[in-house]
Amino acid sequence: MEKDLWEPKILAFLCTWCSYAGADLAGTSRIQYPPNVRVIRVPCSGRINPLFILKALQQGVDGVLVSGCHPGDCHYQIGNYIGRRKSSSLKRFLDYLGIDEGRVQFSWVSAAEGAKFAQVVKEVSDKIRNLGPSKKFVNRIGPIKGVRE
Amino acid sequence: MEEIQNKIRREVVQLLSEGQVDVVIGFEQGSLPLRATPFFLRDIADANRLVWSPFCENNLATYLTKIQGKRVGLIAKGCDVRSVVALLVEKQIHRDHIVIIGVPCQGMVDRRRIEREVDGEILKAHQEGEEIIVEGRDFRKSLPRKEYIYPSCKRCEHRNPLIYDTLIGEKLVEEAERAYHEVEAFEKLSPDKRWSHFSEETSRCIRCYACRQACPMCYCAECFVDSSFPKWIEKGLDPSDVQFWNIVRAYHQTGRCVGCGACERACPMEIDLVYLTQKINRDVKELFGFEAGLDLDPPPPLSTYRVDDEQEFIK
Repeated sequence: MEKDLWEPKILAFLCTWCSYAGADLAGTSRIQYPPNVRVIRVPCSGRINPLFILKALQQGVDGVLVSGCHPGDCHYQIGNYIGRRKSSSLKRFLDYLGIDEGRVQFSWVSAAEGAKFAQVVKEVSDKIRNLGPSKKFVNRIGPIKGVRE
Repeated sequence: MEEIQNKIRREVVQLLSEGQVDVVIGFEQGSLPLRATPFFLRDIADANRLVWSPFCENNLATYLTKIQGKRVGLIAKGCDVRSVVALLVEKQIHRDHIVIIGVPCQGMVDRRRIEREVDGEILKAHQEGEEIIVEGRDFRKSLPRKEYIYPSCKRCEHRNPLIYDTLIGEKLVEEAERAYHEVEAFEKLSPDKRWSHFSEETSRCIRCYACRQACPMCYCAECFVDSSFPKWIEKGLDPSDVQFWNIVRAYHQTGRCVGCGACERACPMEIDLVYLTQKINRDVKELFGFEAGLDLDPPPPLSTYRVDDEQEFIK
C-alpha cells in the first residue's frame, strides 16, 4: 500500500463506565477527532487480557489504545489498578522485544472528558501515523476468515 | 556426589517405609550418558535406582501439580524449592502433602556443550572430583565441571533450598550476585535489532512446547495455544504465530518465573529463552518489588496493586 493512501487502523479497548462514556460524550458534543479508531467496549480496563492486545497486533492493526477510568474511580473499585499492573509489565516487555514503542498506548478518560478523549485519539493516531504501517509481528499468510474485513 | 546420593537413598527409604509419603520424585540414570531422567519411586526395592549427578537438570517441581491428592517426597535443588514456593503462593499445592528433601546444588552441567567438545559419540560420563570424565569408543576426556555449568546455574543466587524438611549435605556458600547483565546488554540494542534477534531465534521454534512441559509454573488446565474457542493462535507456520507463542509463554511468567532455566534446557532447538523471562523478572522486581519463589507471604503481583504503582506511561 502506498504510504500516502495508508490510514492507520487503531483498535481501542474502552471501559464501559468511563472511557466509552467519554467517547460517547465526544460524539454527542460534536467534537471532531480522527476516524482511525475502532472501539471495543469492555466492562473494565482490568478485563483486558493482554492476549487481546497481542492478537490485535498480530492480526494487523497498526496500534492499540487501552483506556479506562482514572485511578480511584473504578466502578469495581480496583479493576483499573489491576489493569494498570498488567499494562505496565506488558508495555515494558513489548518494548524490550523491539515492537515499536507507541504501537500500544494507554490513557485514563472519564465519562466527563469528551474533549480529552478526542485529544487522546488525536495524539495516538498522530504517533501511529508517524510510525507507519505495522510490519513486525503481523500475520503474513493473510486474514483469517471472519476476523478481518 | 556418591555420599549425597547414598544419603538421599537412605532418607527416601526411611520416608517410604515409615509411610510418610506415597511416592518420591527424584532422578534415575537416563538411557543416554550425560542424562538423568525424572524417576517416581514407590517401592523401596527400587531405591538404588535413585541417582544424584551433575546431570539432574530437570525442575522436578513440575510434577507436583500433576500428582494431586498424594503425599509426595520431592528431591529438590535450590531452583526446585523456589518453584515449590511459587506454587504454594499460587495455592496450587498443599505444603502438608509435600516432604521436601533439599539438596544444595552446585550447578548442573550443560550436556550439549560437552557433546560439542568431543568428536564422536559419548558412551559414558561420570564425575570425578571437580572433573567430568567422558568416554567414547576411542577417546577419554576430562573436562572441568565448573566451566560447563549452565548459565542459569551460574547466575543462581539460591543454590541452597530456601525451605525443606530435611537437608542432604552441607549448605553451600552463595556466590552469585544479583545481576541482569544479559538483559541490560540486550536493552542497549536498537528496537529493530532486538526484534530481529527475537524473530531469528523463534524462527527455529517447532512449537513442540517442551519449554511449557518443563516449566513448573505452566500448569494451566488449558494452555491458550490449545484453546480452540477462542482460538488465539493458528497451528500453521506463519512466523507471527510462533512469535505469539513465545511472547505469551514468557509474558505469562510475569511475577511467577523463578529463573531455573528449565525451559531453555528443554528446548530441542536451543532457542534463547531465558533473556525474556529474566527481563520480566527484573521488571517485576523494579515495578512491584516482588521476586517469585523467595517468600511465602506476598500475593502474586498481578493479583494485587498499590495505589502508587507506576503510571507515567498512561496519558
